[in-house]
Amino acid sequence: MNHQNRRASSPFRFVSCMELREVLGRRATDEQRLLELIEEVPGDSIYYHTHSYYLRHPFTRGLFPNDFATWVTLYVQDRLLGECLGVVDPFEFEDVNRLRGEIVSIIGDHLSRIGSSPRCIPTEPFEFVRSHIIESELGLEVRTLLEFRNALAQVEVGAIYNHVCEARMRKGRLPGDFACWLAADEGLSMPELAAQVVKVGRLGLSLEGIREHIVRLCDQALAS
Amino acid sequence: MGGVLDQYQEVAPQGTVDFLKRLGRRVTGIRMLHVNSTRVGGGVAEILHRLLPLLQELGVEARWEVMTGSEPFYETTKNFHNALQGMQRRLTADMYDAYLQCNRENAVRLNLEADVAMIHDPQPAALIDARPRGAKWIWRCHIDISTPQRTVWQFLRPYVVRYDAVVVSLPKFAQALPVPQFLIYPSIDPLSDKNRELTTEEIRRILDRLGVPQDKPILLQVSRFDRFKDPIGVIQTYRLLKKTHECRLVLAGGTATDDPEGAQVLAEVQEAVGTDPDAHILLLSPTAHLEINALQRAATIVLQKSTREGFGLTVAEAFWKGKPVIGGATGGIVAQVIPGQTGYTVLSPEGAAFYARCLLNEPDRIAVMGRQAKEYARHRFLITRHLQDYLGLIIHLSRHAA
Repeated sequence: MNHQNRRASSPFRFVSCMELREVLGRRATDEQRLLELIEEVPGDSIYYHTHSYYLRHPFTRGLFPNDFATWVTLYVQDRLLGECLGVVDPFEFEDVNRLRGEIVSIIGDHLSRIGSSPRCIPTEPFEFVRSHIIESELGLEVRTLLEFRNALAQVEVGAIYNHVCEARMRKGRLPGDFACWLAADEGLSMPELAAQVVKVGRLGLSLEGIREHIVRLCDQALAS
Repeated sequence: MGGVLDQYQEVAPQGTVDFLKRLGRRVTGIRMLHVNSTRVGGGVAEILHRLLPLLQELGVEARWEVMTGSEPFYETTKNFHNALQGMQRRLTADMYDAYLQCNRENAVRLNLEADVAMIHDPQPAALIDARPRGAKWIWRCHIDISTPQRTVWQFLRPYVVRYDAVVVSLPKFAQALPVPQFLIYPSIDPLSDKNRELTTEEIRRILDRLGVPQDKPILLQVSRFDRFKDPIGVIQTYRLLKKTHECRLVLAGGTATDDPEGAQVLAEVQEAVGTDPDAHILLLSPTAHLEINALQRAATIVLQKSTREGFGLTVAEAFWKGKPVIGGATGGIVAQVIPGQTGYTVLSPEGAAFYARCLLNEPDRIAVMGRQAKEYARHRFLITRHLQDYLGLIIHLSRHAA
């Protein structure tokens, strides 16, 4: 059966989400304090500062894709640490505590090397925030690759975030929902396409970039 | 026939209106009450006028009550407002009594029955004494209370901690409190007179009427004549830029009626500008929304060179018109300007002049940044996102109540 005719026994249901942000009232004015608080705050806060970027910048890039790197670069003027933190790929980690460990290790090593704790400009401390996700079904259900491709091309961007970022890190579905469904027997049984979709998350794209890339992969599969 | 919400399909991010309708199904029938101290004038009233019909269309039984007070009450709350924002104000025991008395009277007069109540700013904060059993009450603080005058905050805090949640506009505005504090940015309405599309002809006519020729690049700052907005720094920026580039400066704004310093600042600005024919100081009325819209659309670069700022929604307004913004690195400006993508943040007139010069040298870059700025505003600072946040908050609090 070619890809165009394959029909999943279990449909893919698009679920979008929004994030409600909660200020924790914990703030750092220097890198040492940043390090201490990164160790202390709830995992939801680490997740927010390393993933919410994608939802805040769905179409374009900020300076760095996580808030820690952006803050030390812009407001502590520590470009070296900013670059080291900026390259951390949240999609490389299987849970938020391992990601936290990596960030702690980078900052700890940096502080040991420089022997001081650089401070930020007084008006711009690092403010720890966490997010609460509120999901909503979109009433959009697909069973074929073409339907999936067409729905993905138009769906609200929060759905991409939900099925890529939330699914991985907060729901433990590491390949992300799209890849899980594409690979599953009750889905489209297309493990190769699923593997390519998993890799898209690692490219450092915006959510719109992720959308475009996966749509392109679907087009290629449909044409093959 | 579509409702008001459907008018936002064209301007909000793809799928947003449908998502809002989906969220709306989860809050249908919830009675939501907003309370503030004025129905006209000011940003809170402006946004409530626009948000309430949208909430109602989504099935929320939204109501708005306005408290009334005597002259001593308003005098007191004006001092509260300034003291909470860090100015030194002397408040007497009589003033505190007037505040509490007025809140008690309004608690009797107003209908406070609702499932969720959002109480805006300090004026009605003490209404919490009259919260109906089982209702969720939210204190929505629109002002910067990061460095309040201690005595006033000590008076207000015992009321604030009895709310179920507090909403602030920036993380740095949060105080140490034992209740959850949520972050919700304010927003602009893309369909209002201040932000709706204007034709080239409309823009030309308005600028002609204001006496601003469009023969040179326009550097614009829209803000009150207030020292924190650094209008003198803007003039210095313009003078530095003028050494190398032909341009015009437009400083447009008003003076707050409760700000005696405003007239003095305006006089200093006029003196600093002198007889320069390319510098235009425009004193606009609080209802000059179309004029501001036209000026922002005619501008080449928008400045918001504040040294202290609340959220600074004029930045989002400029973004929406596709203009990059060079802003002071303070308050909500840093939450809006992505350096190098939607504008630049600076600490000095020299920094502002440097980036303005770079941009004027690269008109294509202005266009690219302007497009990015508009998209950023579309996703982050439109009323549809604000509405989504309020719905999310209601759902979150209801979930926790259950």
